[in-house]
Amino acid sequence: MRKLALLIFIFLLLPLSLKAEVNPVRNTVSNGVKEYKLDNGLKVLVIEDHKSPLATFQIWYRVGSRDEPAGKSGISHLLEHMMFKGTQKYGSKAFSKMVKKNGGVDNAFTTKDYTMYYQTLVSDRIDISIELEADRMQNLILAPKEVIAERDVVMEERRMRYDDDPQNSLYEEVVAAAFKSHSYHWPVIGWMSDISSIERNGLLGHYKAYYSPDNAVIVVSGDIQADEIIKKIKASFGDIAPASGRVVVTSKESEQKGERRISLKREAELPYIITVYHTPSFPHPDSYALEVLGMILSGGKSSRLYMSIIYEKKLAISASADYSGLNKDPYLFLFAAAAAPGKDIKDVENALDAEIEKIKREPPTEREVQKAKNQIEASFVMGQDSIYFQAEITGMFEMLGSWKLKEQYLENIRKITPEDVSRAAKKYLHEDNRTVGILIPIKK
Amino acid sequence: MKGSREQRSSRASASGGEQQSLVQKSLTTGLLRYWAAGLILLFTVHCSLFTSAYALDANKKMLPNGLTVLHAEKHNLPIVMITLIVKAGPLDELKEKAGLANLTAELLDEGTKNRKSAEISEEIEFIGAGLGASAGSDYTTVTLSVLKKDIEKGFEIFSDIILNPVFPQEELERKRELIKGSLKQREEDPSFLAERSFKKEAFGEHPYGRLVEGSAETLSEITREDLLRFHSKYFIPNNAILSVVGDLTPAELNSLIKKYLDSWKMAELPERKIHPMSEEKTKKVVKIDRDVTQASIIIGHLGISRDNPDYYAVSVMNYILGSGGFASRLMQKIRDEMGLAYDVSSFFAPNKEKGLFQIEVQTKNESANTAIEEILKQIEKIRKEKVSGEELSGAKAYLTGSFPRRLDTSRKIADFLATAEFYNLGLDYAEKYPSYIEAVTKEDVLRAAGKYLDAENFALIVVANQKKAELKY
Repeated sequence: MRKLALLIFIFLLLPLSLKAEVNPVRNTVSNGVKEYKLDNGLKVLVIEDHKSPLATFQIWYRVGSRDEPAGKSGISHLLEHMMFKGTQKYGSKAFSKMVKKNGGVDNAFTTKDYTMYYQTLVSDRIDISIELEADRMQNLILAPKEVIAERDVVMEERRMRYDDDPQNSLYEEVVAAAFKSHSYHWPVIGWMSDISSIERNGLLGHYKAYYSPDNAVIVVSGDIQADEIIKKIKASFGDIAPASGRVVVTSKESEQKGERRISLKREAELPYIITVYHTPSFPHPDSYALEVLGMILSGGKSSRLYMSIIYEKKLAISASADYSGLNKDPYLFLFAAAAAPGKDIKDVENALDAEIEKIKREPPTEREVQKAKNQIEASFVMGQDSIYFQAEITGMFEMLGSWKLKEQYLENIRKITPEDVSRAAKKYLHEDNRTVGILIPIKK
Repeated sequence: MKGSREQRSSRASASGGEQQSLVQKSLTTGLLRYWAAGLILLFTVHCSLFTSAYALDANKKMLPNGLTVLHAEKHNLPIVMITLIVKAGPLDELKEKAGLANLTAELLDEGTKNRKSAEISEEIEFIGAGLGASAGSDYTTVTLSVLKKDIEKGFEIFSDIILNPVFPQEELERKRELIKGSLKQREEDPSFLAERSFKKEAFGEHPYGRLVEGSAETLSEITREDLLRFHSKYFIPNNAILSVVGDLTPAELNSLIKKYLDSWKMAELPERKIHPMSEEKTKKVVKIDRDVTQASIIIGHLGISRDNPDYYAVSVMNYILGSGGFASRLMQKIRDEMGLAYDVSSFFAPNKEKGLFQIEVQTKNESANTAIEEILKQIEKIRKEKVSGEELSGAKAYLTGSFPRRLDTSRKIADFLATAEFYNLGLDYAEKYPSYIEAVTKEDVLRAAGKYLDAENFALIVVANQKKAELKY
């Protein structure tokens, strides 16, 4: 079952807790999410769920690798690391240690479009999050010595995730080939030479421009009272000034006119293929059919790719299709497969193409479409058991434009017909719109 | 699929199921697979983190056929999570047929007396449920995640694959080749190579020293008769634990059991072999040469079994040394002060028999020596000097305080109940755990470090570009 489906559905079944109440700030309530906005532009979304005595606090900044200047790829991610290295008031890692001492967990991640920090704690300790997140939004030290040490840490992270992983290296190559003008061209972690050139001043400028209340969204979920939490957030964040002069990055990829093909030769065990097609992101009208298409092709062992390429033809040991639609700008529909030992990667590619041609030629059955919908609905219900995911899905949609987009999602998925799926495949999964990458193993 | 490559880049993955799985997941990773990964981490790395006054309200009973049933009602969502543990694993295999337990588990849903392989996946996926089976070091697990409205169908298929698998020859051949292929593909991962070699060095001939999947050679030795025999010998109710958590009343559960597990008959309990473990203490260094930019390093040796009374002192000591994320000494030194690695951590993996102690790190080839030296220094230090009062209280606060978070979903509770029962921890273990941890003193920590850590006789595995690493070990 696919994550996107889960994320979206997590919302839709949230219990409606529509208590009429007066709030200190502007607010709207829908499907269990309460929305507030402070005068400095900070948006706060609160979801109450009292099943266990826990709460998750998340702060989302609208900045990611898409907002970086050329030559400084990876600066958003390095800044995310530096956010743990201390303020005047709280030293390096003091926040993380405090969370741990209270039995909690904290972390952060950076994506192409946004950066998110979170803590999950026993709910009566959530004040720690509020106070320390407000502090590091304003008072980061960014000591030059610490910057250099952390840059080394990130370079080790890059070696681990990409440079020594053949399949991930291929992914990086394919995405870079698919995007030429858009900043999705470079990886979130950044190119090695760019990372090594980032210095304090660059980080400080990035921090000042993007880490401000008017560029952030807080999502809190769990065993908390909305009116109480909003008062506390207002007290800690209310006086932080909004930032001015932020550059709005509007990057656009021009239409691809012809297949691009790359290869990567390196030490590896099995040949591997990644094929990507440019597709629009949510909430584009075609995005729902693409989501169902991904599920029909790759949602479990009864899906088409597994049945045909792995089970019947025995050509590959893994094969998947994934519509990646939760992005700010148009991104990709991805196929990936690892050849079974002794099999030709060309045959794997042909088999993938044959499945694509088949669904373009002939709509899927009603049962297949219904199964995809059932899988999406079930993963939604099950996902609700986690307060972390309830908050995360809310934040992700907010980053796409509005958390309310989730409300359209299930509704629109339910409307998808077999013909819609076939039409979407025809529109996007064609040769001129694709980039193909092949990993060719060599033995040293 | 590799999750992390999609688009996320995360700060730390040092400890905690949630952190680790966050790094692994991505938009391409399936929900159920994601959860499964998180759970495995939860129970192998942190099989013990609970806090005060957290009663689970679970009931336990034994059926006439010998099946132990644990049940907790949770009506917050219309879902039911089921975990079955069968006491069968690599400890019950012949060396030359290593991988038999795992292959048996993986073939359960590939054909029964009533359904073909494709029918099982189609029926399960049509109701949006998740069905899985796998073998671990000590036992085999079968899980079902299903909506309440589909529990009848889900439970029927779940029972069918446990009671009636037929292991078709064709499916055996197919699965065998898939596992062989995946073993080959994983050799692309330097950490996998290090891990595989470390197990072998630390455990020697003991079954824990092999991969649960076996190897290409041993997989080739397994026949359909082996699978049938293994299944009929071990998959019996008096050798299993069933744990059910979610939107289901005792009456509903009883009726499901009566309807679908009634034909599961008690049989003679197989004897679990005791495998001698070599206590020989020597230093072993293994260097594996690969064209990589980073050295993948593992240092460690035998650890403790789950029933060792020092388990709690070891948990506290290990938290301070290297399992406490940014609160741990290794992370503070090697990442924060020296900038040598993205992640470094230590683990005690307690098994039914003795498990492993290991420290893992990845650092650029050129800094391999420095990292190893620092790790050994830290082992020596915690063996020789008492930890500070602040470190002790920090470790206790985390270990006891993180309990509610570790049991905050029905899936986590179902797995916890089954695991706790398997290791005989008692139904009230969650309530008692804090007192076990609170009782640990600085002296206990020092004694545990002295007794269970060794900075001289250890296995050291380094997968690296050996020319660049120039190891002095």
